[in-house]
Amino acid sequence: MNLFLNIVFIIAIVGMAIAMGIASYRIIRGPTLHDKIVALDAFGVMLMATIGIFSVLLDTSYLIVVIMLIGMLGAVGTIAMAKFLEKGWVIDIDRDSDE
Amino acid sequence: MKSALKRAGYKQVHKQMNDVHLQFISKVAFFIILLFAFNLFFAGHYTPGGGFVGGLLTSAAIVLLLIAFDVKTLKKMLPIRFRLLIASGLFLALGVPTGLMFFGYPFFTHEFTEITLPILGEIGLHSATPFDLGVFLTVCGSTLLIIILVGGADD
Repeated sequence: MNLFLNIVFIIAIVGMAIAMGIASYRIIRGPTLHDKIVALDAFGVMLMATIGIFSVLLDTSYLIVVIMLIGMLGAVGTIAMAKFLEKGWVIDIDRDSDE
Repeated sequence: MKSALKRAGYKQVHKQMNDVHLQFISKVAFFIILLFAFNLFFAGHYTPGGGFVGGLLTSAAIVLLLIAFDVKTLKKMLPIRFRLLIASGLFLALGVPTGLMFFGYPFFTHEFTEITLPILGEIGLHSATPFDLGVFLTVCGSTLLIIILVGGADD
């Protein structure tokens, strides 16, 4: 890979690192729990992007599995936390019961 | 709202369905996650993946359905007992090396054979694949059993 693309990818990684730092500030110092969850979801997406850039830099195609895995598990985790915030529990036994 | 209607004398009050997005998206994404998990399981010999990650991702897909719906619906969709899943997985993981021991090989010596299937024709089968299937079933069953028991339902 030529030098120009290397420089571009390193600049992109530094930019993603700055964005992840700002998102981690929002994760630590979010005023409410909702802010923390949205920041954690965005952090997962940025982690996927960073791993994509790294897989180009390392010249390997085995990291694509990791990207899809982070996407799916991050989506499931965010949905679980959103349901916990809305209802107070994550898994309900019977949806249609009257209580 | 519902209890007010019940106090007013209505016997059966239909619950308002207000999580349509979640249920529809989980029904679509379930099959995509399941397909990716099976891909990880079958590609585990040559690329990253294998039984453990495949089982974890399959249980993640079922947990997505469990979050969008409830335990009763999941029991109706998947009428299997997870303890039986763990037991069959352990039986596969222990029975395959023991069965190969009767052919004169040492314990845990995996062998490569070619079998003939009716539709697919002649395919190669390494005996590490049933062992990995045992790992898959054990991981999937134990994860789902833990999550359902922690969620408050009895198995």
